[in-house]
Amino acid sequence: MSEEPATVGDNVLTERRLNMIEAINEALDIMLERDPDVIIMGEDVGYFGGVFRATAGLQAKHGKTRVFDTPISECGIIGVAVGMGAYGLRPVPEIQFADYIYPGLDQLISEAARLRYRSAGDYIAPMTVRSPFGGGIFGGQTHSQSPEALFTHVAGLKTVIPSTPHDAKGLLISAIEDNDPVIFFEPKRIYNGPFTGFYDKPVEPWKKHPDSVVPEGYYKVPLGKARKVREGEALTVLAYGTMVHVAEAVCLEKGVDAEILDLRTLVPLDIKAIEASVEKTGRCLIVHEATRTSGFGAELSALVTERCFYHLEAPVERVTGFDTPYPHSLEWAYFPGPVRIGEAIDKLLKD
Amino acid sequence: MADPANPGAGGDGGGNRPALALHVPEPRYRPGDKADFSHIDIGQPGDQPRPDEGVHPSTMAGLAYGLVRVLGDDNQAHGPWNPRLSPDTLRAMLGHMALVRAFDERMFRGQRQGKTSFYMKCTGEEATSIAPAMALASDDMVFPSYRQQGILIARGYPLIEMINQIYSNKADKLKGRQLPIMYSSREHSFFSISGNLATQCPQAVGWAMASACRGDSRIAATWVGEGSTAEGDFHSACTFAAVYNAPVILNVVNNQWAISSFSGFAGAERTTFAARGLGYGIAALRVDGNDALACYAATEWAANRARGNHGPTLIEYFTYRAEGHSTSDDPSGYRSAQEREEWPLGDPVTRLKNHLIAIGEWDEERQSAMDLECAERVKTTTKEAEKNGILGHGLHHPFHTMFEDVYEELPWHLEEQAEQAIRERIAKFGTERPFG
Repeated sequence: MSEEPATVGDNVLTERRLNMIEAINEALDIMLERDPDVIIMGEDVGYFGGVFRATAGLQAKHGKTRVFDTPISECGIIGVAVGMGAYGLRPVPEIQFADYIYPGLDQLISEAARLRYRSAGDYIAPMTVRSPFGGGIFGGQTHSQSPEALFTHVAGLKTVIPSTPHDAKGLLISAIEDNDPVIFFEPKRIYNGPFTGFYDKPVEPWKKHPDSVVPEGYYKVPLGKARKVREGEALTVLAYGTMVHVAEAVCLEKGVDAEILDLRTLVPLDIKAIEASVEKTGRCLIVHEATRTSGFGAELSALVTERCFYHLEAPVERVTGFDTPYPHSLEWAYFPGPVRIGEAIDKLLKD
Repeated sequence: MADPANPGAGGDGGGNRPALALHVPEPRYRPGDKADFSHIDIGQPGDQPRPDEGVHPSTMAGLAYGLVRVLGDDNQAHGPWNPRLSPDTLRAMLGHMALVRAFDERMFRGQRQGKTSFYMKCTGEEATSIAPAMALASDDMVFPSYRQQGILIARGYPLIEMINQIYSNKADKLKGRQLPIMYSSREHSFFSISGNLATQCPQAVGWAMASACRGDSRIAATWVGEGSTAEGDFHSACTFAAVYNAPVILNVVNNQWAISSFSGFAGAERTTFAARGLGYGIAALRVDGNDALACYAATEWAANRARGNHGPTLIEYFTYRAEGHSTSDDPSGYRSAQEREEWPLGDPVTRLKNHLIAIGEWDEERQSAMDLECAERVKTTTKEAEKNGILGHGLHHPFHTMFEDVYEELPWHLEEQAEQAIRERIAKFGTERPFG
């Protein structure tokens, strides 16, 4: 559960509220201040402050050798970060869109993820790769993908996905301080507001959401711990990133007493929280925006089935994106929105 | 064959337009052919000018397309690239080269005798790692490829640790996790070797950038084969090195062969590998890789350039892979057996030995004694290492170690899998075995 109570009306003014971009920017600023080994690099992250403004102001404040632009070469960005880590720095490279990360995969999978193991601890790769991911912004197939399952499949990588400004700051600080390479995917659809999946309704800003209350200064949200978004008895929803908010809105609209877990970290996964919840509710819905086949939902479904089978009262349901490239104009037909989630909930609760 | 649906396609060109032809490179000589390298212009020792280390790369075309040579056929050192090393240094260099050669011989035989799974010799290329290692400071960071065992020898890394690693035995510091010869030694500023090619290039640049960020004085050097300069990583490394003026030396060991593919498949029919540097604005030297003095001098120049904040250097070592790629291939299946003896730049060990003899600082008797001593030392150390075991069934380390260092701490799923592995070990061997 989030530490702050939901606040409305006049109380809002007494608490500092940030959107997710501001929260991420603040986490980076704090870590640059606290740890001289932290450096930030990536395409357009320096003077300009990033295409999503996540690094705005950081170069001016911390200097050009701490925060700087890079050539358009994801292979180079990650490869250089591996070398910097070997030197003793703690690089936080940004990949401008998760869709662009593929040229850096060999450096991530064969190098960063394997370095501690293959050198028996001689060298480590304590980098945090930040990258905006996911769709819902009419980004077409090259600005909308959710490739998290490629990374959860790699031994040696951790994969973290925040869903609120509060968590984004605390998780990013944890990721940067972690001595293993962390893939930190930022759901770009909810940078500025908690998207509910009802694309035909007005967008809500973060300011109205309780988890936009972001404490000042340094704090951590630990990796490997899920967040219970709401308690419930009818079914368990496992989600992360944007889909946490979509699932929550659908359950609210349908009046379903769901227990919603925001996984926050996919590897290492908070299996205890999942088991406890599914054992209580006996039903499990998994929601992600990524394509279905071999998606992380398949892993979650297998884990729940293997570990909670005798508590299940219905087959595990997965709601995902379709197994197609992310379409531009048919975005809302692709997106696992209220209709698809609603049908799955009905199916789970049928008996 | 003409395609009726596409009348322009198929062998006869299109109308009046000439037919295109795809060029697939082919080496000059295949098994059974008589090798003749007279087409290779190796220039003259001493002919190449040695510019100031701060020179602009645009003035270096002659050095990128020519060949920096010091040792002549008269076994004397010539020209401005002569590093003027003391006889003691030259003898030390020769000693390292002799030791690497003896080590390679023994380890190769060990693999053939079934003591391990794999080995790679550097025969003919010894100078390209040993001389540069000696020209660098001992705490300059090196990011090697898989054929730079000479660096470890030159830096005094214990032979027994190399053999323990090759055998993946119980004393292997890498806990049997890596393929033989994929060494790592932070203590010797030697980066963990990867089997994925050219990945070390941008890493070396990153390390050098970090060193520069910190106002450190240490530089980085990396080695890559000419074949793997085709990888994107090499080009990323060149771009980043140039953009940030990184204090790094990018060494390309052009040994003519990438397993069975000759250098033409990396572009050698069109240009030199050193010339790639010029396009990036990186200082570039093409060096006789079988001339230990030239190799030393090139690294010394590049290191001075890097330390003076004048930027990176790309050095191509023009050499010849005298043996197979590894224990897993037979070069007689794809190239002329004569190439090795016909190679116009000779053998690096012989050339350095002859130079020392020519300047009156060495003789054949001492050479024979040194060779014998190297062979004995390797033999004794091998026997010592064998007390820690050879590869055999491979199960030398406790099974739990398989799960350690994947992450700093074991997450629940690896703890569960470690328990399973240990259960399987007990099911197979019982509880009496020393490992587990």
